[in-house]
Amino acid sequence: MTAWLNDPNTRWVLTGCVMLGACSGLLGSFAMLRRRSLLGDALAHAALPGICLAYLISGGQRSLPLMMAGAFLAGLLGAFCVQAVTRYSRIKEDAALGMVLTVFFAFGIVLLTLILRTGGQKAGLDKFLFGQAASLVGSDVRIMVICSLLAGLVAIGLYKELKLLCFDPGFADSLGFPSAWLDALLNLLIVAIVVIGLQAVGVVLMVALLITPAAAARYWTDSLSRMVCLAGAIGAFSGALGTYFSTLAPRLATGPLIVLSAAVFFLLSLFLAPRRGLAAKAWRGWTLRRKVARENTLRSIFEWAERENAWNQPIPVEKIAARRGQNPSRTVHNLTLLAREGLVQFQEGKAYLSEAGRGEAHRVTRNHRLWEMYLMHEQELRSDHVDRDADIIEHVLNPDTVAELEELLRQHGLEPQRPPSPHPLPG
Amino acid sequence: MNSSHTVSVEPQSTVTPTPRWVIPDPPPLEVHDLTVAYHRKPVLWDIDFVVPEGVLIGIIGPNGAGKSTLIKAALGLTPLASGWVHCYGQPIHKERKKIGYVPQRESVDWDFPTDALDVVLMGIYGQLGWFRRPGRAEREFALECLRKTGMADFARRQISQLSGGQQQRVFLARALAQNSRLYFMDEPFAGVDAATEKAIVTLLKELKEQGKTVFVVHHDLQTVRDYFDWVCLLNMRLVAIGPCEEVFTPENLKKTYGGRLTILTEVAEAVARNAPPGGRS
Repeated sequence: MTAWLNDPNTRWVLTGCVMLGACSGLLGSFAMLRRRSLLGDALAHAALPGICLAYLISGGQRSLPLMMAGAFLAGLLGAFCVQAVTRYSRIKEDAALGMVLTVFFAFGIVLLTLILRTGGQKAGLDKFLFGQAASLVGSDVRIMVICSLLAGLVAIGLYKELKLLCFDPGFADSLGFPSAWLDALLNLLIVAIVVIGLQAVGVVLMVALLITPAAAARYWTDSLSRMVCLAGAIGAFSGALGTYFSTLAPRLATGPLIVLSAAVFFLLSLFLAPRRGLAAKAWRGWTLRRKVARENTLRSIFEWAERENAWNQPIPVEKIAARRGQNPSRTVHNLTLLAREGLVQFQEGKAYLSEAGRGEAHRVTRNHRLWEMYLMHEQELRSDHVDRDADIIEHVLNPDTVAELEELLRQHGLEPQRPPSPHPLPG
Repeated sequence: MNSSHTVSVEPQSTVTPTPRWVIPDPPPLEVHDLTVAYHRKPVLWDIDFVVPEGVLIGIIGPNGAGKSTLIKAALGLTPLASGWVHCYGQPIHKERKKIGYVPQRESVDWDFPTDALDVVLMGIYGQLGWFRRPGRAEREFALECLRKTGMADFARRQISQLSGGQQQRVFLARALAQNSRLYFMDEPFAGVDAATEKAIVTLLKELKEQGKTVFVVHHDLQTVRDYFDWVCLLNMRLVAIGPCEEVFTPENLKKTYGGRLTILTEVAEAVARNAPPGGRS
């Protein structure tokens, strides 16, 4: 398993990709919350002509620092173009992003094709499209690690300010943290991390490494600090996994593998995260439907018995179904569940409340009517902000409010009567 | 800045003398010849006023009258086409710590990953300055501010799980945490429940007792006289600013709201209902 780590070059590449993943996860969190996700994509694409021009200017030398500088400048120019178009024309930001991204990328592809035609294949510029971590050498990785560390440290140092910028830029301005500067800084950091990642992940896919870890992390926590850490960790893991898989087969591009690893983390989060995940949501929906069906069925039987004053007389399924406005087969299903709980006796298409069922039905009905009363008179009562789904009203409303509500129920003659015991003593 | 600002308002009745509003020097806010334009279209024209200390000032006017813009201009959040705004005799960018701000509740994304206490802590960021992080003392103070708005129990609640009124209280707590002398609040009463409205009014009165000056963008003409000492009637131009009993008059309201009939009837009712006995309206 660890045999692949014996090669010192692989270790270098791994270090680089892990650092890159961690930092892009961290910065990606801010980019996503500030709604700058697409900007990352535009910047990455805009970097391609910069790389090609740097290569041409250096006269066919493959010098990474020079190409990164070219990418960085082209990225900044792209960001500037987006901003200028948005500010000085009627074109909105999404359209500006789309235009800048494609125009820069098209120019880059033209230059790239020219270079490849004129015998520049050896420079491996085409690797910048989808990334090839294996082509990284020690000095490249050193630059990657230093730059991503720097970008990460700046973001951590300005954590408080960036958080304020993402949540409430107007308020940031009013406190004397100019949001325009902070935005420019965030853009600069995004350009930096995108440029650093180009060789490993490539211009086409770099934005995925920026955003996917952040999007995945958002599912697990409601705290920004935890989200940032988690996004960094997911990014680092994706980097490591992508590198590992790319060593399995020769000439396998690293970028797609890193992005796919991040996507797996995202899918896991999407389905499995507690509270926000789809599975948790589906489970909540199912239990809620079941709870509502149970309580409404109990209440229907209770209210029928209350009205007819017929506590020991079984009620036919059809009557309950009609009251509930539902298909009788559904009612039978609900009654079967209630019978299993021991709350109703259910035989030959007729049901009545057992002793335990009467207590429970009384509780459910009372709760329901108190909530109804509360909603009708909410404005006059002390407005506790409450969880209206709560099982027991006393848990969320203070005793005075409950007493007031009970008084209201009495006044309206809606107080549910306590049912007699199912086996009244003779005489 | 001239010191002849110490002119005050004439008492209007001998039975109940109105308080004399003395404008201190330097005043908490002085707006001079302020014009703001968006896309070459002016939204505020030649606004000029000074206010005294320790007053609650309601800013009213129809939609698009430039109420929010006035606040943003006073806070230095929007470029001015002309004029200047001074806070305690200094340009606002020098006096940021003296100015508190409550933006409109809808202006932020409440699904942001943070809790109520964290939002309130942001109010202290200005005092902390760059790089410094809030510590234990700041946390305690933020909690105290939440307590004052009745939100201490919700300190650790994720902000999207708060009701509209609760979110507004969190914003107010954040403003309290700023511990400023001059406040601007953009529609703090919009979409809040009755209890929150009452709580906000109590809080405003407390701020006033402490000698703070508070500008509030407000919509409900019925409550202007109850909630505020001063009123600023705005419709691109400044129609009037001054003590309610002086300037909250049918004529001024007509000038502010123009021919908007539905509003005019509301105005008539508001004035009739709230006119002080023996008042001039």
